[in-house]
Amino acid sequence: MVVSDHSSRRFDEELDELRTRVLQMGGLVEQQIHDAIEAFGVGDFEQLEQIENDDHRVNAHEVGIDEACALIIARRQPAAVDLRMLMGISKIVTDLERCGDKAAKIARKAKGIFDHEMRRIPCISDIREMGEIAVRLLRAALDAFARQDAVGAAAIVRDDVAIDEKFQAITRQLITFMMEDPRTISVALEILFIAKAVERVGDHAKNIAEQIIYITRGTDVRHVTWDQLERDAKGDGENA
Amino acid sequence: MNPSPMPGLTTQISIRKFDFYYGKYQALKNINLDVYSRKITSFIGPSGCGKSTLLRTLNRMYDLYPDQRAVGEILLDGRNILDRGVSVNELRAKVGMVFQKPTPFPMSIYENIAFGVRLHEQLSRVEMDDRVEWALRKAALWEEAKDKLQYSGMSLSGGQQQRLCIARGIAVKPEVLLLDEPTSALDPISTMRIEELLNELKEDFTIVIVTHNMQQAARVSDFTAYMYLGELIEFGVTDEVFVKPKMKATEDYITGRFG
Repeated sequence: MVVSDHSSRRFDEELDELRTRVLQMGGLVEQQIHDAIEAFGVGDFEQLEQIENDDHRVNAHEVGIDEACALIIARRQPAAVDLRMLMGISKIVTDLERCGDKAAKIARKAKGIFDHEMRRIPCISDIREMGEIAVRLLRAALDAFARQDAVGAAAIVRDDVAIDEKFQAITRQLITFMMEDPRTISVALEILFIAKAVERVGDHAKNIAEQIIYITRGTDVRHVTWDQLERDAKGDGENA
Repeated sequence: MNPSPMPGLTTQISIRKFDFYYGKYQALKNINLDVYSRKITSFIGPSGCGKSTLLRTLNRMYDLYPDQRAVGEILLDGRNILDRGVSVNELRAKVGMVFQKPTPFPMSIYENIAFGVRLHEQLSRVEMDDRVEWALRKAALWEEAKDKLQYSGMSLSGGQQQRLCIARGIAVKPEVLLLDEPTSALDPISTMRIEELLNELKEDFTIVIVTHNMQQAARVSDFTAYMYLGELIEFGVTDEVFVKPKMKATEDYITGRFG
């Protein structure tokens, strides 16, 4: 559905500003996660510290965007697609903020691991790979949000399965590791936490994608089958 | 479009293939719409879309003007009210109307209500007192008006006057109550009281309301019809129309994207 301009230009501007802020926040979160996984891979302690300290910037975005949503609702009494946009954005920023928390968590756990002065850290390349998928999904979600692309959003929901499978593979490897050498248990657990945090980023990207389908199509696809979700994303059975 | 009959609802008024003309100008084009019993239906749309015209045909207000013409069917209790054989007086006893500006008659509060009732029924003094009280209670005006029933209707505030007009409308126990922008001349508090009142009145009456205030339509009505340039564009359950309208034209209008 092509969305035309409001009679009130100011309203259009307010919504545009809001969308831009969501994309800015998303860009920041994406960077944080990417950097956290990179810094973990190369053992860049300073970078990890920086990521932890920057989490407050993500939080400030969340608070600011939610405030702007409330203001627009109070001023404009939005309906239909505008209302769905504001509801959707308010949920999307919650997911983005959680992603930011995950970046900080990865940084914190990674610092802990390097404190152990382990010579060889298991699964590091697998986590990197999983991280790349997670960042890619998050970027795709933000892209679909910018373009209001429900079909693109549906593909993200499907791709999240790949991360879940990777996470299971990593879990199995870590279990093997711990069984072979119990001295690695504490580090392996920390790595498991990192892997879990990355896996959660994928879940949040999926939640964001579901909100995009709701915004553009008006259908809540949070608890439906994959086939149904794909149909809803395409807007099958719609009159207009 | 042909709205399909919805389950669990009784149709009170059935509008079929309805056209309306002001002289040569066609103001309504092929309207097909069901108004459901004891529900509130709102007509929304930009000025000149025909929503007030449609409302006014429901009690044949156009009869007053010789060059206005209606074609098609408006079935109320199975009878086409457009038929010449249907008496306008009887029709208006069944279908009451409240206008934008409060229009109390220049007489006492009591007489404002009793006047219309006398045209249709012969009641004893006691019965009439009861009827006046019943109507004022239904219109949520009794507590404010009971001690000044002999005062002029004009002495009431704007919001009270509008409730008096509603009391007058329902005093003859109509089946349908039509309201043409009933709160556009009222302050927000009076508007809220009227909206509350409509919600109570729908237990007894079928209500059709024309409003320019879309939030009002979203708040009070069960069904919403969006009209544009004399056509019915979309008709549906209000909650759906305001969250997920089917037609882009409706979406543009209710979100203020209307040039």
